[in-house]
Amino acid sequence: MWQFFHKLGSPKWFYGIATRLMPWLLAAGALLLLSGVVWGLAFAPKDYLQGNSYRIIYIHVPAAFLAQSAYIMMAVAAVVTLVWRMKLADVFVKAVAPVGLWLTFLALFTGAVWGKPTWGTWWVWDARLTSMLILLFLYGGVIALGRAISDEKSAARATAVLVLVGVVNIPIIKYSVEWWNTLHQPATFKLTEKPSMPPEMWVPLLLSVLGLYLIFGWLACIRMQSEILIRESRTRWVRELVMAGRN
Amino acid sequence: MTEHRRRLASSDVGLLAAMKAVFLRDLRVAFRQRQDLVNPLLFFVMVVTLFPLGVSPEVSFLREAGAGILWVAALLSVLLSLDHLFRHDYDDGTLEQLVLQPQPLFLLVLAKTLAHWMLTGLPLVLLAPVLGVMVHQPGNSIAVLCLTLLIGTPALSLIGAIGAALTLGLRSAGVLLSLLIIPLYIPVLIFGTGTVAAAAEGAPVGGHLALMAAFLVLALTLAPFAAASALRISLSNS
Repeated sequence: MWQFFHKLGSPKWFYGIATRLMPWLLAAGALLLLSGVVWGLAFAPKDYLQGNSYRIIYIHVPAAFLAQSAYIMMAVAAVVTLVWRMKLADVFVKAVAPVGLWLTFLALFTGAVWGKPTWGTWWVWDARLTSMLILLFLYGGVIALGRAISDEKSAARATAVLVLVGVVNIPIIKYSVEWWNTLHQPATFKLTEKPSMPPEMWVPLLLSVLGLYLIFGWLACIRMQSEILIRESRTRWVRELVMAGRN
Repeated sequence: MTEHRRRLASSDVGLLAAMKAVFLRDLRVAFRQRQDLVNPLLFFVMVVTLFPLGVSPEVSFLREAGAGILWVAALLSVLLSLDHLFRHDYDDGTLEQLVLQPQPLFLLVLAKTLAHWMLTGLPLVLLAPVLGVMVHQPGNSIAVLCLTLLIGTPALSLIGAIGAALTLGLRSAGVLLSLLIIPLYIPVLIFGTGTVAAAAEGAPVGGHLALMAAFLVLALTLAPFAAASALRISLSNS
């Protein structure tokens, strides 16, 4: 167990594992995401109320799901950074923050596109929309702080503190805006209840959510690998790797 | 040996005594640069002035939006003053001495933050009734507004201390500080203006105020820890 933990802290070991893992993540993720999206967009039944416009859910919900999960994963990595000073954890935070920002943006954008035919407006100051917008700000703050501090170790620890402060605030923000104003429908998937949609609708949605998770894993791996190469550029194994790649 | 000398010899200052010393020192330093105390207040008044001029001086508009305007202006004013919280002590090395003290740093940070609130948040609360009248708020709303500011501004100072500590010594710290802190200020703003809106409709505000107080307690217990660890990071950075 402890050996595994120590190995996990080694960038070189992670680099090797990620190289082996990435093709599988990409293949499985692309397969799931494509089948989910194609099934959802082309074959799933029409919604009796919203017609075809609801089909954007197959992009909107996965993006919104991942945007929130990514922040929670970053918070776990932030705890690891602060407590165990593990290098890989802060590589993860740095690599994933921009991905999370774009996913949040995608969720907001698809939401706006969906909102126009359904609610008759691009944007409302509704609880869900506002809290996602604030999540976007939080991601932006994390990225901005990380870039503003030149020293790598300080940057890692400062962003970790900020991510944790943000994670304490996320439930507060969520509930405060929910009490303040709400129009958005409740969550599509809940762990405790059966989905309110027929299976022909929610199975493709589930597939695309899982697929996007795997694609996210692949993206995280590739971004972490390049960050590791930059940070470890002076070490022997990186040099050997680069020389081997050249031949 | 007298009590005083014995104390000096062991340099054994109690927790509360150390906090009090930090608190009083911050007040004393601030009162020697009075302009710094007045600036956030002037800023507060000016931002409030912009709304009737920029949007509409109609009584109906101001009556509805007044509480929100005052809250936003107070929030921005606190944000503007945060840069001073640690900056001078950082520049002249006092902060390093504070970090080296045997007393836990988060308590000293708490004392500094309380001093910051006394110097910025409290004057804002005291000034709020005057501006409340200027934006045509009824008497009841003004009272509730002041109460929400009284509970809300310490929370703003405490949360802001984290941002001030994180951005200490960075280039363009001011803008960065706003970027980091404004998202965290949103719940305080929502609860603050929500309470005043409830009071204007004649609804009971006890629950709203209790929620704001809960938020303050949460900030009071957690923020000094985060700010203290952020200070250590920023100091190790320089």
